[in-house]
Amino acid sequence: MKAVEVKHLYFRYSREWILEDVSLELEDKEFLAIIGPNGGGKTTFLRILLGFLKPTKGEVKIYNKPPNKASYLIGYVPQYTTFSTDIPIVVEDIVLQGRLRKGKFFYTKEDKKIAYEKMEILGILHLKDKKIKNLSGGERQKVLIARALSVEPKILIMDEPTSAIDIKGQNEILNLIESLELTRIVVSHDVKILFRKVDKIAYINKRAIIHEAPQLNIPKDRHFCEVELIDFLKGEECGI
Amino acid sequence: MWDLINTSIYAGILLSIAIGIIGSLIVVNKATSITGSIAHGSFGGIGIGLYLGVSVIVSTLFFTILLAIVLGVVSLYFQDRKDSLIGVIWALGMSVGIIFLNLTSGYQADALSYLFGNILLVGDSDLKFMAITDLVLIFSIVFLYNRFLAMSYDIEFLRLRGINVSLLYFYFLILTSITIVMSVRAIGIILILALFTIPPLIAEKFTKKFYQTIILSSIIAFIFIASGILISYYYDLSPTPIIVLIASFGLFLSMLKRS
Repeated sequence: MKAVEVKHLYFRYSREWILEDVSLELEDKEFLAIIGPNGGGKTTFLRILLGFLKPTKGEVKIYNKPPNKASYLIGYVPQYTTFSTDIPIVVEDIVLQGRLRKGKFFYTKEDKKIAYEKMEILGILHLKDKKIKNLSGGERQKVLIARALSVEPKILIMDEPTSAIDIKGQNEILNLIESLELTRIVVSHDVKILFRKVDKIAYINKRAIIHEAPQLNIPKDRHFCEVELIDFLKGEECGI
Repeated sequence: MWDLINTSIYAGILLSIAIGIIGSLIVVNKATSITGSIAHGSFGGIGIGLYLGVSVIVSTLFFTILLAIVLGVVSLYFQDRKDSLIGVIWALGMSVGIIFLNLTSGYQADALSYLFGNILLVGDSDLKFMAITDLVLIFSIVFLYNRFLAMSYDIEFLRLRGINVSLLYFYFLILTSITIVMSVRAIGIILILALFTIPPLIAEKFTKKFYQTIILSSIIAFIFIASGILISYYYDLSPTPIIVLIASFGLFLSMLKRS
């Protein structure tokens, strides 16, 4: 079974297409990096995968289900800048939210065990009683990842997981994402992600160009020019 | 005299519990202006009740729930113009109230009492309604605590967990409406907003977890209300403005604490 299947996807709010004829396939446990310019439709694409937006045309399947029926399989890490931190809530409360389910009102011991496990993996267990407001950007990001992992998802979808974090924190988080045995989709404006063990790269700017990453031979050991790299990814000569 | 103070202290206790729960939810969900809109707009229900000669509580209850549903639709589906539409509904409700008062024959001194309320004049039937509202609020917060907390923090994530967030948000607004109606007699509609939001604003500075904020807000609200009752009784002043003055002073003091 394919983890993600997108066939001839089109999306628009009004007249102009935001996404045009996007097709993509992802196998179970594969790692996809999505890059592209701001306003190019990356976030819209992500929101369609999450089931928050419906495609205007075309088909999207997550593990053979339409996205809005697959939400229980998805662990989502939103851009951490998008919501407020000034509410009385501690790390443990947030990570436990991954265990919320329809028809279930209280957390069980099992839920707590899972949440603790994920905090341990992220190295934030010692912060569990800290107010979110008092954490650094990197720590907050780890809290959101721990929350997404608490869902025990088959697929992890992350929106700019390394923005607003220092270089050391970025590497830590990328190492972690790399090591997870899950299907992963990461949207990033930072080309550093391309030097990771990604299986596929999607360059989205209204249309999508998909690269099978291992064929790219991106030089990992010498200096590179970011602009050239992006131009290369935009080019269709190695698209599939 | 003690009877009078006794009843109003009971009302104060019931009110404080409600403020702790709904006020904290209002503050963390940034729903202050929506609450202001429902509270002021509820004057429409008061006008209609007086005009029809039916129970003002019942007519206001229906009217505020209607406003809450309209505001729920506005805040979920008209994000871009939410701010302005909240203001429109605020004024619309008050206008409906004033028009119906004009149409009502006779002098309507009663109407003014609904604007500022008087906790010293709360009767036994009001206490019953307040107690029922408290029970509904306590039951709701116990069962929906985790959801409400998740809603305030990140509503999209909650939606992705398969939970109907629109329904949850509407339920929160309806609870807010009921609480406003239960407070009309005691504190009126004009100053409700201050009294609902000041205690949680202070409490959140001193608490880490949301349930602690709720409990501390209730205690703080009770201190403000009880001292307001005593001062207004001895100096023969309107209690609601005194309570709001004390609360505002409390908020000012708490702001001196560095966060």
